[in-house]
Amino acid sequence: RLTEFHNLQELRQSASLANKVFIQRDYSEGTVCKFHTKLPSELDSRIEKTLFEDTVKTLNNYYAEAEKIGGHAYLEGCLACITAYLIFLCMETRYEKVLKKISRYIQEQNEKIYAPRGLLITDPIERGMRVIEISIYEDRSSSGSSTSSSTTSSSGR
Amino acid sequence: MIAKKVTRKWEKLPGKNSFCCDGRVMMARQKGVFYLTLFLITGTCALFFAFECPYLAVHLSAAVPVCAVILFLFVMAMLLRTSFSDPGVLPRALPEEASFIEMEIEAANGSVPAGQRPPPRIRNVQINNQIVKLKYCYTCKIFRPPRASHCSICDNCVDRFDHHCPWVGNCVGKRNYRYFYLFTLSLSLLTIYIFTFDIVHVTLRSVFYGSVWCVAALTLPSTVVEVLVCFFTLWSVVGLTGFHTYLISLNQTTNEDIKGSWSGKNRVQNPYSHKNIVKNCCEVLCGPTYPSVLDRRGVMLESSGSTPCKTSDVTAATANTVTPNEVAFFSLQKTTSPLIPNEHSPDEAPPSIATTGHDTATSIPEEEDATGPNGSAPKAPPTTILVKESSH
Repeated sequence: RLTEFHNLQELRQSASLANKVFIQRDYSEGTVCKFHTKLPSELDSRIEKTLFEDTVKTLNNYYAEAEKIGGHAYLEGCLACITAYLIFLCMETRYEKVLKKISRYIQEQNEKIYAPRGLLITDPIERGMRVIEISIYEDRSSSGSSTSSSTTSSSGR
Repeated sequence: MIAKKVTRKWEKLPGKNSFCCDGRVMMARQKGVFYLTLFLITGTCALFFAFECPYLAVHLSAAVPVCAVILFLFVMAMLLRTSFSDPGVLPRALPEEASFIEMEIEAANGSVPAGQRPPPRIRNVQINNQIVKLKYCYTCKIFRPPRASHCSICDNCVDRFDHHCPWVGNCVGKRNYRYFYLFTLSLSLLTIYIFTFDIVHVTLRSVFYGSVWCVAALTLPSTVVEVLVCFFTLWSVVGLTGFHTYLISLNQTTNEDIKGSWSGKNRVQNPYSHKNIVKNCCEVLCGPTYPSVLDRRGVMLESSGSTPCKTSDVTAATANTVTPNEVAFFSLQKTTSPLIPNEHSPDEAPPSIATTGHDTATSIPEEEDATGPNGSAPKAPPTTILVKESSH
């Protein structure tokens, strides 16, 4: 059954880390940043498939927007080149703007959807944009012998 | 409880890079050839400005030194940008990610009979109807993304690895390739410019004094030096620029070219090429400016007060929005830094002991000491006193 937490605060106070799942990059379209949308089996009982897919698809769209090669990117590139790239000392690049949007989105998703289900998404940029790390928390109060077996599985000891 | 000194993440980065300016500058360890490059460029240009420009500005045009200055500044800007920036280093996998990947590999390989070698760790992906093999990096404990390669000199996996250039003292990869190309291009132009105006200078003098060209040249020793330097530089730099122009038009890296990855045998084609020279050039030179994923200037552990995270990196944004207590909790449960190799996660508090997560705070300082300073800048004192956090 789904572990219930009402918010991030409650998660923090009463949960312990049980496991971590890593969503890998999808390279089928080349080197653009894109993650697999398939729900991993460990999260099957924790979250609805559509919610998870929506999150990953939105993230993929954000990254596609950041890496889009088009008029805006060319303009930014040419302007920057003319100023010997010194303009980036005062101006934020498009990619950086999108990354900020992404981290706000992830925080919002964590608060609204994932923390109440005992999950936590880590921003991919903190993992080198290689994986989306999802931490699975167990409610301490509801744990018995079942939790102790799962806590050791991920720590690599 | 007390913040003695803020430890920034660059101080604990694995790999053989050296850092300056508190993590703002990132280079390879051997910088000797880079200093030579700097010396040759600035030295030759200094001679040009000192000995040629006064004569040429008067007898030819004032535009000559002005253009030379602009070119010189552009060359230096591109060189420093190439040398000092993060080429696109991929951080190493944290222990949990590494063991997750190991489990996947073992599941895929099945059980290996004793005495037999396990199969090579390769993942196949299909990109644009081409099978690309992703190799496993035993140092970084990741499957390398396509086009990434491990640089043995810097001991890092670099995304879209081109080559390690000793002349710029850094790897050339995804993030700094366009600066490297613009550096070689502008340096070619600068070399041709100085060479040309040296010849013009000597010619003008020989005409003016009515002497033979060679005699006029010998009266200007600085010009002779410049011409020699430019002559030898021209062949290598112009050749290099031409080679990279060719690579860019095909959207290939030097690494792929050397290995013959897309040479056409076995009907293997470059899956990253747009099959259009203009599109390829636009993508490489005018593509998005990728951010660094290293967060070199991020603070390692937050102090009990509010820590102004001075990094302009976006990753700080999430850290700043959570309270110090929350960060404390999550950093205790997760590993404290994404960049320390072989770091063990803090021991999880067993559920049978009714304590809060903060009891594991004592285990963290020992982990930091075990890894030791890696790749610290020679100027920065290695810090062993870390920010200790308290929940109370």
